Amino acid sequence: MSSQAPVVKRRIGDLVFSNLALGSGITILVILAAVAIFLFAESVPAFLSEQDAAPDGFFAYVAPFLFGTVLASIIALLIATPLAIGIALYISHFAPRRASQILGYSIDLLAAIPSVVYGLWGMLVLAPFLNPSYLWLNENFGWIPFFEGPVSATGRTMMTVGIVLAIMILPIMAALIREIFLQTPRLHEEAALALGATRWEVIKMAVLPFGKAGIISSAMLGLGRALGETMAVALVLSGSGVITFALLTSTNPNTIAANIALQFPESSGTYTSLLIATGLVLFAITMAINMLARWVISRRSEFSGAN
Amino acid sequence: MYKKSFPFVHLQDNPCLGGRVNLVSVNPTSYERYYMSRLIKLAAIAGASALVLSGCAAASNEETATESTLSGTISGSGASSMGSGQEAWIAEFQIANPGVTINYDPSGSGAGREAFTAGGVVFAGTDSYWKDEELALEFAACAPGTKPWEFPVWISPIAVIFNLDGVSSLNLDAATVAGIFAGEITMWNDDAIASQNADVELPELAITAVHRSDDSGTTKNFTDYLSKTAETIWTVGAIETWPTEYGGEGAKGTSGVVDAVTAGNGTIGYADASKAGDLGTVAIKVGDGYVSYSAEAASKVIEASSLVEGRESYDLAYKIARDTTESGVYPIVLVSYLTGCNEYLDAEVATLVKAYASYIISEQGQATAASAGGTAPISASLREKAQAIIDAIK
Repeated sequence: MSSQAPVVKRRIGDLVFSNLALGSGITILVILAAVAIFLFAESVPAFLSEQDAAPDGFFAYVAPFLFGTVLASIIALLIATPLAIGIALYISHFAPRRASQILGYSIDLLAAIPSVVYGLWGMLVLAPFLNPSYLWLNENFGWIPFFEGPVSATGRTMMTVGIVLAIMILPIMAALIREIFLQTPRLHEEAALALGATRWEVIKMAVLPFGKAGIISSAMLGLGRALGETMAVALVLSGSGVITFALLTSTNPNTIAANIALQFPESSGTYTSLLIATGLVLFAITMAINMLARWVISRRSEFSGAN
Repeated sequence: MYKKSFPFVHLQDNPCLGGRVNLVSVNPTSYERYYMSRLIKLAAIAGASALVLSGCAAASNEETATESTLSGTISGSGASSMGSGQEAWIAEFQIANPGVTINYDPSGSGAGREAFTAGGVVFAGTDSYWKDEELALEFAACAPGTKPWEFPVWISPIAVIFNLDGVSSLNLDAATVAGIFAGEITMWNDDAIASQNADVELPELAITAVHRSDDSGTTKNFTDYLSKTAETIWTVGAIETWPTEYGGEGAKGTSGVVDAVTAGNGTIGYADASKAGDLGTVAIKVGDGYVSYSAEAASKVIEASSLVEGRESYDLAYKIARDTTESGVYPIVLVSYLTGCNEYLDAEVATLVKAYASYIISEQGQATAASAGGTAPISASLREKAQAIIDAIK
């Protein structure tokens, strides 16, 4: 052990650990690349073969499913976001300690329920339960394009799917937003209180502006889950390939993931490639939304939890 | 030291963890050893007697069956409609021939035919017979240049089910059924329905027609019936994907359709008859009379049908006579075929396939299928023809 000059000696443990970490990072990229390559490679026959699996062209085939995917996810997001913010606010700022623990635990339990169970519950319980409400909505507000049309007799509509998806993405969003609200700097809150603000004004002035970026990122995470949800939609929705805004009828636009789940078992040849091509479209959409979310968060990075 | 709160569970105070106890196993005391040895002896006796008794049961089974010398493994894939049947057939065949293992993957008719053509499986189940262009390909599982055989093994009636309070059966003809599912007849008390059911009180209720949202052979056979018997109303022919312009409610799988029909009021749908449960069913007009579904009525449709033209003698593809007017025939059936090679590359595989196929068409096999999937057993004449094809397999 020479002590003449400080020798920077890389220990074996450091080397191994840094390479392991590097390897893990590279593995993630490799897997992502492999999935993208698989999607591209398998969907190529659908475009190149003479015998067209989609009679009106690829875009005409996938457009209704894309529309349905986005519509169902937007409905789910619109329902789940205020609910998740409310739950997170209650748990972090209003509830007594014991109640907030129990509530947090129950919300996490919701996340543990498999999506097939949600699908069965939606189809067998929720849809018949909501049907009278749909009839009422159609009678009183039928002039709004969303509530028009002959109401479905079984209640398996886009509205029911939106509600089921909202319940499915609620736990993730509530848990994340709760964590973000708990990260609010105590100094900001105490300063607001010192200025005489009520509890709601403290939240409005200190908590919500701080958590805005976090709320957006949790919403994007929930949206990503809702976009890819397969079994719940396949079981609950009475879907077909139409583009329509009516939420209460029997003819609803199916989603990409549910369509693949329904048609894949009996498909063969170019039709399988067509289905995989629609999966590629879904992959692209999800990546685009995630990149958008990252960009939005980076704009407000000074308010992220890192500071 | 340790304190015993329960026999065999020894807890020890661990000062390192702030006095909390943790579970540790120490040598059992003498009475624990005594009881453990008694327990082990009892368990051994129970295990041995279970083995002996099951051996007795197996031996008594084997007394009635002859000793089988077949062994090997064969794989098939294809139609999911005969999935439950294949499971039952495999289970019984493997009991009778313990050295044989058979695998069947219900991945779908299209996937099964493709797998057979590519040589991945040695037999396949398919909801539709081989098309001419498919037969022109090379079959990798068979000797070069030979073509596959096929014959029906699974005849499953498709029931038209509905949910109307207080009504358990309705008489409808093909034109009415086509009109309902094409979205032209929209109310239950429409004249077309009421005129055929004079003694039924029909409510003023909208009809909701439920179809399959996934591609399926059930849809194909049902729409084949509609297109042959009511061409002017049902104009899209036999399709697997429901046309969007006809509307109606879509559900996933047979169970989805049955659930959707059960859950709504005034709903009507089509599903495999074995899953119809206690929903109301439709008696279809054939000729002059109305026929409700039953196993005999379904198997009669093969007798009334003719073979597809231009096929070899080992290709029993039937052009189902959906528009038959013979009495007592139920024309809405799903006919699934078994297909395999006439000449296999491996003689052992040929032996196994011959034995399995013979079992499937035998009376016992068809009875198993009837109890597993509610199908109609094939008739004796079809069995004769199929057995002749099987005997010719090399």
